[in-house]
Amino acid sequence: MSADAAPGPAPSTARRLHDVPTVPGAPKPDPILVADKVSRRFGGLTAVDVDHIEIQRGVITALIGPNGAGKTTLFNLLTGFDRADTGSWTFEGTPLAGKPAYRVAHAGMVRTFQLTKALSRLPVIENMRLGATGQRGESLWRAMLPFTWRAQEAAITERADELLHRFKLHALRDDFAGSLSGGQRKLLEMARALMSEPTMVMLDEPMAGVNPALTQSLLGHVKDLREQGMTVLFVEHDMDMVHDIADWVIVMAQGSVVAEGPPDVVMADPVVIDAYLGVHHDAPATEAEERQQLAEVESRLEKEFSSPDDDSEAAEPALGARDEH
Amino acid sequence: MDWNSLVANSFHAAFGVNAIAYAIAAIGLNIHFGYTGLLNFGQAGFLAVGAYGTAISIVHFDVPYFLAALIGMSMAVLLALLLGLPTLRLRADYLAVATIAAAEIVRLVIGSTVYARWTGGSSGFSGAFSNAFYNANPLPNETLHFGPVSVTPNRAWFMIVGWSLVAVIALLVWLLVRSPWGRILKGIREDEDAVRSLGKNVFARKMQALIIGGVIGSIAGIALVTGERAVLPNVFGTQLTFFFWTLLLLGGVARVLGPVLGAVILWLVFAVTESILRSGASAGWVPEALVSQSQIGLIRVMLVGLGLMLLMIFRPQGIVGDRRELAFDVR
Repeated sequence: MSADAAPGPAPSTARRLHDVPTVPGAPKPDPILVADKVSRRFGGLTAVDVDHIEIQRGVITALIGPNGAGKTTLFNLLTGFDRADTGSWTFEGTPLAGKPAYRVAHAGMVRTFQLTKALSRLPVIENMRLGATGQRGESLWRAMLPFTWRAQEAAITERADELLHRFKLHALRDDFAGSLSGGQRKLLEMARALMSEPTMVMLDEPMAGVNPALTQSLLGHVKDLREQGMTVLFVEHDMDMVHDIADWVIVMAQGSVVAEGPPDVVMADPVVIDAYLGVHHDAPATEAEERQQLAEVESRLEKEFSSPDDDSEAAEPALGARDEH
Repeated sequence: MDWNSLVANSFHAAFGVNAIAYAIAAIGLNIHFGYTGLLNFGQAGFLAVGAYGTAISIVHFDVPYFLAALIGMSMAVLLALLLGLPTLRLRADYLAVATIAAAEIVRLVIGSTVYARWTGGSSGFSGAFSNAFYNANPLPNETLHFGPVSVTPNRAWFMIVGWSLVAVIALLVWLLVRSPWGRILKGIREDEDAVRSLGKNVFARKMQALIIGGVIGSIAGIALVTGERAVLPNVFGTQLTFFFWTLLLLGGVARVLGPVLGAVILWLVFAVTESILRSGASAGWVPEALVSQSQIGLIRVMLVGLGLMLLMIFRPQGIVGDRRELAFDVR
């Protein structure tokens, strides 16, 4: 995965994000999602405590942070899968706090899951059809009268087939979703989410457990969403991927937003490095010591880069260490 | 061996009151478990409220039979709401605990002496409540003979109405489960969070499924007591529910005709094993010291249990199930 694979944010939105200050909770020129004072506690543990967050419309925003930073919990809160203790948020101006998950999806904010939720004992095409919203035949009474929903079903099926072609799953159309590989399930889940014609897609670790060959194709699909005018917010651990496709990065640590900005800026931010490696675990006492530590790190890095880099995918890549400037 | 009585007994078992009632009850259970994934271990409770709702309406309030049956069915709606409102938001196992307890509560309440003035206590109601049903019998008043099988007019009338009901309910279920509504149910069975994330009101659909399956269960209850011409509280014990589960797994889960086939086969096996064991005992093949006449009824249940075990090992999808569905881990 190289950074030269067109890291192209859509020009207009990228330019607009250019003026946004790189501070936590920075106001955006055209936010689609605005959240305030969102908190969630599990007993004594504060999982999420976000003061203010705005997500720009039409761009890909990455939500990163060390394990346990509260990224998935924030996802669950925003999408109605968990109840926030405090806080309010609006999506396209509509307040969504406290709304059940299905209403959030109706509003146009659709999510996927970290552990893929393919509906195993349904065929792929039925998985897709299920994704369409506003189906007449979903009412109990009309369900018994097939002529009331048959035309709509045909239209839905056509759209599902198109999406399956786009995601290269069409050969598996009539197979049970349970027989798909992990990566294919990720693709199916994303395609299924698109069936509801969302304005914002929330992807929880879309690359987790996907083999490198499929990763490229998934990346392409995520970029496609942006080209089609959708807003994407995704949680990811793979920094190469974040660097590759994100227009904006929000960093969480211990439940709150600690930094945000374009990928390059954020990954060089000492606050972010602290968040990943622990706060000043080896802070230099003097300037001389600092220089010495820097030299040590540099020599270590050089050794790493000169060795065959087959382990570059492994583990969580240390932030900043990738900074080749 | 008396082949004529074997054929006659088999016919009445496979197509009689019990097979009809059990088939209907299991169709309801199939909506709960087979399509929606709801673990209902209290289907007998739905049968009980249906049966008693109907019988009480007729005996105490002189309601016409058909209207009384509708009252019995609405009792099942109430029971489903009562069960579903607190538990359907929780994990599936909570519903299992709640349903098995609720069914027992229903059975103990209707059998208790406290309400005996209304329910008849442990002796229930005699057959008079079903007179209206049999008075409507248009068949000529003479016993029908088909070879060794003879059917009384009342029994024939019940079987015609009963199997028509089975057909109509199975058709309705078939229409429902192949609709987008049914697709949501199957989605909920697989993973309700995924369905929720796609903008479906999961709770409402689960409630609808619980109510529909419960109402179908109450129809089974009404059919059972009308066919038996007696309402007794102890009929609606936990073992009744487990027979429904047995025949559902036997026939094939999440198949429209699975429970119907399961009910016919279960009762056929009961009848055949009993006939063989009884004639074997009377011919002296089965020593009295090993199995007494009174134990034969229990032996056949053991044989059915053995059959179910073998089925689970060699054909876990049931008779009409799809093996591919078991090929992957659901969770």
